[in-house]
Amino acid sequence: MRRSRIMALVAGTVLALTATACGGSAGDDEGGRDVDAEENAAEKFDDGTRMKELAEDGKIIIGVKYDQPGLGFKDAASDIPTGFDIEIAKLLAADLGIDPASANVTWEETVSDNREPFLTTGKVDIVLASYSITPDRRKVVGQTGPYMLTGQQLLVKADSDVDSIEDLAGKEVCSVTGSTSIDKINEKGAKGVGFESYSECVQKVLDGSVEGMSTDGTILAGFAAQNEGQLKVVGEPFSTERIGVGYSQDHPEMCEWINTVLEDAFEDGSWAEAFELTLGPSGVETPDPPALDACPAA
Amino acid sequence: MEAVFDDLDAYFKAFGYTLFLFLVAGVLSTLLGTLLAAFRVSPVSVLRLAGTVYVNLVRNTPLVIVFGLFTFMAPYLGIHFRWVDVHIGTFDFTSFFSVAVVSLSLYTAAFVCEAIRSGINAVPLGQAEAARAIGLPFTGVMRQVVLPQAFRASVPPLASVQIALIKNTSVAYVFGVAEAVSRMRITTNNFPSQRLGIFIMFAFGYIVLVELFSFLANRLERRWRIA
Repeated sequence: MRRSRIMALVAGTVLALTATACGGSAGDDEGGRDVDAEENAAEKFDDGTRMKELAEDGKIIIGVKYDQPGLGFKDAASDIPTGFDIEIAKLLAADLGIDPASANVTWEETVSDNREPFLTTGKVDIVLASYSITPDRRKVVGQTGPYMLTGQQLLVKADSDVDSIEDLAGKEVCSVTGSTSIDKINEKGAKGVGFESYSECVQKVLDGSVEGMSTDGTILAGFAAQNEGQLKVVGEPFSTERIGVGYSQDHPEMCEWINTVLEDAFEDGSWAEAFELTLGPSGVETPDPPALDACPAA
Repeated sequence: MEAVFDDLDAYFKAFGYTLFLFLVAGVLSTLLGTLLAAFRVSPVSVLRLAGTVYVNLVRNTPLVIVFGLFTFMAPYLGIHFRWVDVHIGTFDFTSFFSVAVVSLSLYTAAFVCEAIRSGINAVPLGQAEAARAIGLPFTGVMRQVVLPQAFRASVPPLASVQIALIKNTSVAYVFGVAEAVSRMRITTNNFPSQRLGIFIMFAFGYIVLVELFSFLANRLERRWRIA
């Protein structure tokens, strides 16, 4: 009798503690930068451009990731995702005169495999979903930027003595099915095993089914910060990914506009501020803004 | 489509994993399913109940959830298949492959059980009664009289169940097995401009596998036909 009462007390305390812990972290994630929408934005765009249409409609659909802390991450409690991709997307929306915090911006979850189909079918207007620029993607969709450079690294348990991907030759390394990261892992002599999302890979690393997972360093840094003391990022980057903005090839005029907004953000410091705010806490140092690609001649 | 032809080795290796998953899970599910069917028609009520509960529980659970249970829940219970570490040629059969085989086998066994049970029901009751009358015990009745006839009658539904299994192996693509669909995802990701051609090539691979299997099942059906 007495024993069960003590057990109940312990269970109650644990429950209460977890509840507070959850509450605490939810509060920290709130927000991101406040970006004000530009007024009368539609006036500055030429007639017939997609930007004009969007600005006059006052609505935009942006394809983002939901499962990458620090880049594009949405927890169950919040309406607007958080992360660096989101911050850049906010700047673009605001330039069209659309309030990024309002319901006029639809944040559509766009997993890696959906990015081109969503753009070509017009399900989303632009994509900012850790979208690396590649020549073959440019055959199907428009991509401009990059607004961030990153490279593939390795995430392992905090007590692991693995230093680099070479240490895992012949061993299984987790990443997302169908991602470029899996290919790179295989090229490096390790064996890529694919899961649906990065968070599932994190679980597999934590439960010891795989020794490590690998993808862009910025994504890994976010997970390392989320699981502090349990996971760490190791090794030098062994690839270069140029993260850019995706748009539909039906609207090539969007390229110049996106580049202008990015250029402004580089210059007025909002880019650096966004970086600091979203990726800074994971221990990534704010680099110099990358050089933008020139837009293809229309 | 060129993207697939440029790396045919990877294409065949991916379908190799699909085939291995199918073969191993196919054999295991047939064995387990037969056992379950025997449970469901046995004279022991506890076994009958166990068989019924298993079939209803597993048949009503989506395959992805069965996979999820073994991938994410089982490690917490100390079931992780980490002892499996077989390498044949360039193929690796590790914990992920085992999880896939176990999930597919357990899932398919429920359907195999029902297909065989339908075959058992197709055997006239008189057969079992006659077998009992000459003094065969239950296992004898099943092994020597009922099941041989039941298997013949259940070849068509069993073939359907196994064909479904061939395609169900694709669920493993998000559970760490580098099978065909996972290869397709890598290829479409690297060559989004050839998306349609890549889809067609991988669909074709499945069609070939299923057609091959149907052909064998057909031959078996014809050979086993009771005159």
